[in-house]
Amino acid sequence: MTHEKIRVIVAKPGLDGHDRGAKVIARALRDAGMEVIYTGLRQTPEQIVDTAIQEDADAIGISILSGAHHFYFSRIIELLKEHEALDIIVFGGGVIPDDDVPALLAMGAGAIFGPGTTTTTCVDWLKSKVHEKRTLEMA
Amino acid sequence: MFDKTQLEEIEKLKHSYEKALEKSLPKGPERKSEFKTVSGIPVKRIYTPEDLTDMDYCHEIGFPGEYPYTRGVQPTMYRGRLWTMRMYAGFSTAEESNKRYRYLLSQGGSGLSVAFDLPTQIGYDSDHPMAQGECGKVGVAIDSLADMEILFDQIPLDKVSTSMTINAPASVLLAMYICVGEKQGVSSDKLAGTIQNDILKEYIARGTYIFPPKPSMRLITDIFEFCSKNVPKWNTISISGYHIREAGSTAAQEIAFTLADAIAYVEAAIKAGLDPDVFGKRLSFFFNAHNSFLEEVAKFRAARRMWAIIMKNRFGVSDPKALTLRFHTQTAGCTLTAQQPENNIIRVALQALSSVLGGTQSLHTNSMDEALALPTEKSVGIALKTQQIIGYESGVTDTVDPLAGSYAIESLTNEIQMKAEEYISKIDEMGGMLTAIEKGYVQKQIQDAAYEYQKAVESSEITVVGVNKFQMKEEERDFQLLRVDEKVGHNQIEKLKKLRSGRDNLAVREALEDIRQASRDTSVNMMPHIINAVRCYATEGEICGVLREEFGEYTENIVL
Repeated sequence: MTHEKIRVIVAKPGLDGHDRGAKVIARALRDAGMEVIYTGLRQTPEQIVDTAIQEDADAIGISILSGAHHFYFSRIIELLKEHEALDIIVFGGGVIPDDDVPALLAMGAGAIFGPGTTTTTCVDWLKSKVHEKRTLEMA
Repeated sequence: MFDKTQLEEIEKLKHSYEKALEKSLPKGPERKSEFKTVSGIPVKRIYTPEDLTDMDYCHEIGFPGEYPYTRGVQPTMYRGRLWTMRMYAGFSTAEESNKRYRYLLSQGGSGLSVAFDLPTQIGYDSDHPMAQGECGKVGVAIDSLADMEILFDQIPLDKVSTSMTINAPASVLLAMYICVGEKQGVSSDKLAGTIQNDILKEYIARGTYIFPPKPSMRLITDIFEFCSKNVPKWNTISISGYHIREAGSTAAQEIAFTLADAIAYVEAAIKAGLDPDVFGKRLSFFFNAHNSFLEEVAKFRAARRMWAIIMKNRFGVSDPKALTLRFHTQTAGCTLTAQQPENNIIRVALQALSSVLGGTQSLHTNSMDEALALPTEKSVGIALKTQQIIGYESGVTDTVDPLAGSYAIESLTNEIQMKAEEYISKIDEMGGMLTAIEKGYVQKQIQDAAYEYQKAVESSEITVVGVNKFQMKEEERDFQLLRVDEKVGHNQIEKLKKLRSGRDNLAVREALEDIRQASRDTSVNMMPHIINAVRCYATEGEICGVLREEFGEYTENIVL
């Protein structure tokens, strides 16, 4: 079980078309040995959560540069709750002011990676977070 | 450019220079084993006339305002008039944005550039489910002519030129602008400005597409035709490399893919029966000004030369105005850092300078806080002043194309042209840009470059001051960020309710049905029908809704 590959959804919610970051992260996670499902643009929160559940994902990475982060994080986490799938880790990045980060963390996001974050930081964080989660599930 | 004896002497001197270096280098080695531009082009230690032995000054460099326009599109360039200082702005409501525009004009801004929010860019009204959370965020929310009237309140459309970053629904927003002009008593032949209207780069790099390529191309050529007769001073398209670069491309890819898009538009318009000597005059371009200063100057010069050659040789164009590549520049948003944001002011200044030395026709300078949020009035002010300092204080504007003749600049200009031409040949071989996009070729090239760039930053091969070098432990930010009121969406929805109950809904229904019929007959120009609908306050979402039903929607070809 713990040797299973980490499965992660990289998602672009809403109308934002800036996908450079999402694609770079998707490739970095893949190069780090994870199975990455990239959703493409214009995903509704419902589509993202459905994909995560269908794919039995460990995590959802959300990239938003349009300023709509509050809306999308809260909606996605709400939907996970409705589906009793809160074990799926939610993290994200984009153009998100520092002042907004505490609110996103408080609603259940695991981490917010701002501009300038290295892909290694994300990869390492996600690995340890998934490891932690799987250990808990085993116990 | 040099005669044989001179070249022989130069070769001799270069040889002894290198000989001497062999001795001194072991003691004083260079900082790196290889120097490269940010796009990965190797930069030589020194460029000499030897690098330009094949250069034909008269035919390849020439004079400003003359073919192939390497030195600029006008004979006197900035000695006559400086570039248009055009700051891209728009957020929240039409009222808020109107205030920002009037501020920018009062501060010496010489043209407007409208940023629309995402629902507007993708043809959804503010009350559409997909618009939730996005209203007024990355630009101003415009649902109908009523919003547009407020947006340009007290701004005389016969005196100010306006650029609008709108692509898939460009015809609707242009129609609204024409109608605002009518209400101000300004006829459409006096309107000056630009619509971006560049759908191909939306498929490749920017993402605000609506319809599939075929009907999209038809909407574009309809605009070309309509404007050539009715809005002759309007730039009907701004073929954009900016977003391609922001998505991670190299400098050579930026101009290659932009010009390949341009070729596709020209071909489509010719196929629709239009004359490239006529519509060619209103094509405009939009490029990015990135970090590698010399490479960027060279890139702008190469693009200008390449376009003149393409228009002349490929399309048989002879009107000088249709041969010239006129372009807007924006400094590279992707180079802005969230860390030590004040440093961005300096980055922007250097990038802006490269575009001026490259001969830009208009310029947007980014604000220091844009890696964090939309810019505040204060930070926008600094960005605008940066242009004014370059324009009025630095003196670089006093002579035309001052870097011409630099061995390094001319060599890089040639090299970028060569690399870009290779990409264009490859795209030609594939059957053109539409096929290259369908196959995911262009997207893949850009993504590979983006990933390489990220790895180079992470390995510190590329230095980013304040991020991977010269970091500060604790950063205190002592400036405010702009916040868009979350109520914007709600207010827009209320406005829409009022609009829909107060207008002549029978007329709206008829106008929309009329658009539906027009959309089915490709021999009909869509523009007059769209203007008619806009005039009776049909909303953007209603018009695009009909077109969605008729044309279908584009689905992304995901390439990873």
